[in-house]
Amino acid sequence: MRPFTYHRAASVTDAVAAVGRPESKFLGGGTNLIDLMKTGVEHPAHLVDVTRVPSAAIEEHAGGLRIGAMARNSDVANHALVRTRYPLLAQALLAGATPQLRNLATVGGNLMQRTRCYYFYDPTLGECNKRNPGSGCGARSGFNRIHAILGASPQCIAVHPSDLCVALAALEAVVQVQGPAGARAIPMADFHRLPGNTPQIDTNLRPEELIVAVDVPPQAAATRSHYLKVRDRNSYAFALVSVAAALDIDGGTIRQARIALGGVAHKPWRVPAAEQALAGQPPGEAAFARAADLLLAGAQPQHDNAFKVELARRSVVRALTVAASQS
Amino acid sequence: MSAFETDGFHHMARAARPRIAAMGLTRRQFAVVLAGGGTALLDADPQTGGPPAGTVSCTFTVNGQAHSVVLDPRVSLLDLLREHLRLTGTKKGCDHGQCGACTVLADGRRINSCLSLAAQHDGDRITTIEGLERNGQLHPVQAAFLDHDGFQCGYCTPGQICSAVALLDEARAGSPSFVTRDLRNNGPIDLTDDEIRERMSGNLCRCGAYPNIVAAVRSLAPPSASRSIEPE
Repeated sequence: MRPFTYHRAASVTDAVAAVGRPESKFLGGGTNLIDLMKTGVEHPAHLVDVTRVPSAAIEEHAGGLRIGAMARNSDVANHALVRTRYPLLAQALLAGATPQLRNLATVGGNLMQRTRCYYFYDPTLGECNKRNPGSGCGARSGFNRIHAILGASPQCIAVHPSDLCVALAALEAVVQVQGPAGARAIPMADFHRLPGNTPQIDTNLRPEELIVAVDVPPQAAATRSHYLKVRDRNSYAFALVSVAAALDIDGGTIRQARIALGGVAHKPWRVPAAEQALAGQPPGEAAFARAADLLLAGAQPQHDNAFKVELARRSVVRALTVAASQS
Repeated sequence: MSAFETDGFHHMARAARPRIAAMGLTRRQFAVVLAGGGTALLDADPQTGGPPAGTVSCTFTVNGQAHSVVLDPRVSLLDLLREHLRLTGTKKGCDHGQCGACTVLADGRRINSCLSLAAQHDGDRITTIEGLERNGQLHPVQAAFLDHDGFQCGYCTPGQICSAVALLDEARAGSPSFVTRDLRNNGPIDLTDDEIRERMSGNLCRCGAYPNIVAAVRSLAPPSASRSIEPE
């Protein structure tokens, strides 16, 4: 591993200033970054440890929830407010990784984790525009069973690996960040980006900006929800397809629907038209199938993952069906 | 001031001491734990007289014993435990957080020590497999693994046992898992076999001793109304 300096930040201001040195990175729980440094994919010269700086608190905020960026995944999943008011978040967190990893991994780090595309993760495989811009995309002509079916570009077909982010997208969470120019708020829908011609950039976070908290607004649909994760192994595996579904149903009619897909694109995939199509409809397979078709409109599978389109369609219907059955 | 300081205690530091004394060196030196866990005597930072530039000073309590060390920041908690403190019970399997052989308890929580920089645990209380027994008495989880033959080659066993110790605490405290049906109920968890399997999924066993590992953990689960009516 390349030598690096280690600085334990004393405050958010100190962290933001410290990360201004060239080739610096923030370090959270380390479960992704340290792993990538061992394989040589990441090779920062300076690490700024922020685990003791932004809040790790989980508390009520503006009628919703504020999750400190350094809250550990296990603590968020186990928190009474999350379990009772936002079970979708707890389900998504518990669907990911292992107890040991969830005890280390932070919410801020979860938003920043990198794709598990094999061609990105293994520097001995030459081509990867995300790891080495301009080198090509090994996945497009290679083995691409786990890759994107929506929003990909000729330069990159990687998918975002997070479960939590899919649930946060469905719940319309807002990411609070602090940078040299001050604080700003980024809606989840705008936080991650599609690869386009610059797949090396995963998010719209500016250099030196630090995630300090994630706010989840009050959502009438938040409790009648379901996180469905479809994977090759029923524990400790990344999603082939996942669905975060949340419904607000009143007197047999859907008032509001929120749906996000994971495992299919470079960011959690939401289609407002699909959600609007459900509003005013009675919950049921016909309406859910129409929403699924709208979500998957324009899907372009790779040569190894045509199955994902139908799998995603059926998963949407099933997740909405389970969500509608909740009381 | 002594000619050098050896924080921590290591064979390389001891071996280096007479040689340096014979050379008549008088500069203050520090035993620095290097990436991978080896140790070298390095000169103090000429500016501050303190530990060499780029190193990190940390203190840990490992199995009840305090340790002060000066680290290359690349040192993982796993390498610190195995290579520097000679606590080789904790195993290095994949070194990528996938197998769980390196599982230890940090402030009572189970973590993968391979994916954790030692420097991030400054001030933490670490418990390894060597720290579970009390006064020569095996920890109940250790005894249960013996009683139920919860291993074959044994390489994953220290991680399995540390993981199971935390699992029982988590279940008692009502922490849910992916297979917990009612997230809103925050009472103690009914440790069904499905719950045990899901909660042990961060520990791989290539020998496939899983049935007996589940039996060992089940033997320590609190009695449950729903389980007690099932035949053994």
